[in-house]
Amino acid sequence: MYRSTVLVCGGTGCTSSHSDKIIDKLNEELKAKGLDQEVNVIRTGCFGLCALGPIMVVYPEGSFYSMVKVEDIPEIVEEHLLKGRIVTRLLYQETVEEDTVKSLKNTQFYAKQKRVALRNCGVINPEVIDEYIAMDGYAALGKVLTEMTPQEVIDTILASGLRGRGGGGFPTGRKWMFAAANQADQKYVCCNADEGDPGAFMDRSVLEGDPHALIEAMAIAGYAIGASQGYIYVRAEYPIAVERLNIAMKQAREYGLLGDNIFGTDFCFDLHIRLGAGAFVCGEETALLTSIEGNRGEPRPRPPFPAVKGLYGKPSIINNVETYANIPQIILNGAEWFASMGTEKSKGTKVFALGGKINNTGLVEIPMGTTLREIVYEIGGGIPNGRKFKAAQTGGPSGGCITEKNLDVPIDYDNLIAIGSMMGSGGLIVMDDTSCMVDIAKFFLEFTVDESCGKCTPCRVGTRRLLEILEKITEGKGTLEDLDKLEALCYYIKENSLCGLGQTAPNPVLSTLKNFREEYEAHVVEKRCPAGVCKNLVQIKIVPDKCKGCTLCARNCPVNAISGKVKEVHEIDQDKCIKCGVCLDNCKFGAIIKE
Amino acid sequence: MKSLAELQAIRDKARTQLNIRNENENNIRVLVGMATCGIAAGARPVLNAFVEECAKRGLENVTVTQTGCIGICQYEPVVEVVVPGEEKVTYVKMDAEKALKVVNDHLVNRNVVTEYTIGKYSE
Repeated sequence: MYRSTVLVCGGTGCTSSHSDKIIDKLNEELKAKGLDQEVNVIRTGCFGLCALGPIMVVYPEGSFYSMVKVEDIPEIVEEHLLKGRIVTRLLYQETVEEDTVKSLKNTQFYAKQKRVALRNCGVINPEVIDEYIAMDGYAALGKVLTEMTPQEVIDTILASGLRGRGGGGFPTGRKWMFAAANQADQKYVCCNADEGDPGAFMDRSVLEGDPHALIEAMAIAGYAIGASQGYIYVRAEYPIAVERLNIAMKQAREYGLLGDNIFGTDFCFDLHIRLGAGAFVCGEETALLTSIEGNRGEPRPRPPFPAVKGLYGKPSIINNVETYANIPQIILNGAEWFASMGTEKSKGTKVFALGGKINNTGLVEIPMGTTLREIVYEIGGGIPNGRKFKAAQTGGPSGGCITEKNLDVPIDYDNLIAIGSMMGSGGLIVMDDTSCMVDIAKFFLEFTVDESCGKCTPCRVGTRRLLEILEKITEGKGTLEDLDKLEALCYYIKENSLCGLGQTAPNPVLSTLKNFREEYEAHVVEKRCPAGVCKNLVQIKIVPDKCKGCTLCARNCPVNAISGKVKEVHEIDQDKCIKCGVCLDNCKFGAIIKE
Repeated sequence: MKSLAELQAIRDKARTQLNIRNENENNIRVLVGMATCGIAAGARPVLNAFVEECAKRGLENVTVTQTGCIGICQYEPVVEVVVPGEEKVTYVKMDAEKALKVVNDHLVNRNVVTEYTIGKYSE
């Protein structure tokens, strides 16, 4: 029996800041102190507060250590684990109060969160099935198989109001109902884990932190629609997620939770993993199914919908990872419980990946109906360096931006569409006044041009033409006529593209054009980039009155564009300058300006 | 997995180990002094005895944790038991056997083991 447990985050974020080395060092130190039989070290999934990684929590005290370094480990082991003195200096500072340590769940980052899909992430060891079972894991599958009919399962999901978390927001129960109604000798349950939006990583965190939740939910779905086979399509760029999924599937098979006659019933179900090779379009459901079949990942027109003719031509359902992660909880706690959270038409919670210009970069799960202001300023801890909020981009390359005037709109599927954005899979990128909106639109277009599969012309050619116009504008060669052309082309692409990729690709342009037209006009008319981002439109200059001739800028310039003698005013050669801004950051006298 | 009972058995077994990760403010707290003085006087076996006995009895409402030196080094190993809403009880000169009695009498049956308390000892 262990008297103390140390949880170390093993999500992708903390792993890349070397949490594995921290685990090794912990084990080494504990062994040296003879504590290895008393203290249990566990590698968990993501805690959510990625900005402060690597993260480590010590129980029973619940001490939350952040930005832990390998060098800190001997001190933590000696002081905290051996002698019981919490190393306050290394704690997450918000948890430290005058004479006491605040519980993590009362901190600003966690207080407003409601963890349903992420409930086991950062709590259990994802590589040990017993820990998942201890958190009532597989109890929902047991309940479904022994107490409920498939129709009752579908009715429960319908009544819960759960909608697809991958972005579309289609009611999950309806999807299942259609697939269940179609008769066939074989049906399939598929999971879309091809999370491709730039800046989105909620599915990865569920796969890494709680893989059994997905397995359990897919088995439940299999029972509901009458399928005995399931496929998880996960991108190969998620090696930790794939590894843990494989371990979890192996353990589930050993326990007889996958395989034949589960819980002594007639129900048989097994899962297969398919790795995506990095094509964004494979997140589109028809392209995903085509890719699972071994063909080139290209979409096809719908109808027929997958519920009628899906994988290998058989009735299939496809749901996103986060959608599945909610299923066991809905079965165990009831549809009413789930429907009690959220807004009228969007029930439950949603996970957002917070990124961009925000203090607490990371993963948050909030009830639907929370406002963007609460997410940015309370949970997210506001914008660094006291900068001003400009916009937040949701829905990645398919979405749009939310401006300051909509900060207090309760976030749900319908409200986001009404204000010109979309839920998307949950990436939320915050931008401040140093972000150029034309540049943002260009960034997303570069992505879609790259990722367009090329099957249909409007998307393949149209997005490229859009990008060319945007490039022209950011280079200061745009005209007002270009803005009209840009808008017209956007609508044309939206209306004529084959699949969701093309139909939504112009959204970032339309949204920024609608909300920040004056910024586009500044680029075109005044040949000026208000945020100072577009390199062709800014000049970095030295103010002669302020320059002391210290030579610091000249010494740091990577292209030797600055000339001048010691104690004399320096000058920047605009032809050589690459606008990197190093001189700007280095000048101690504020003599260098960007305009 | 052939039955719900089988799942339940695995769940119950695994839960005792995971219970430590629940932060519950209403739990009874057992604080074992584990500073240099405490460790030198033999606090480690006391701490482990508490942890194991509580797990064996499935006491989910007890948090056993360690603390630093509270300044009465001559009385180590010192154990404090805090039942929410009640006055703190301080046990001194503890050992593993006394720990078992404290679990049984105090934590389970809510009777303070007066003979081990600091008040009794310093008389």
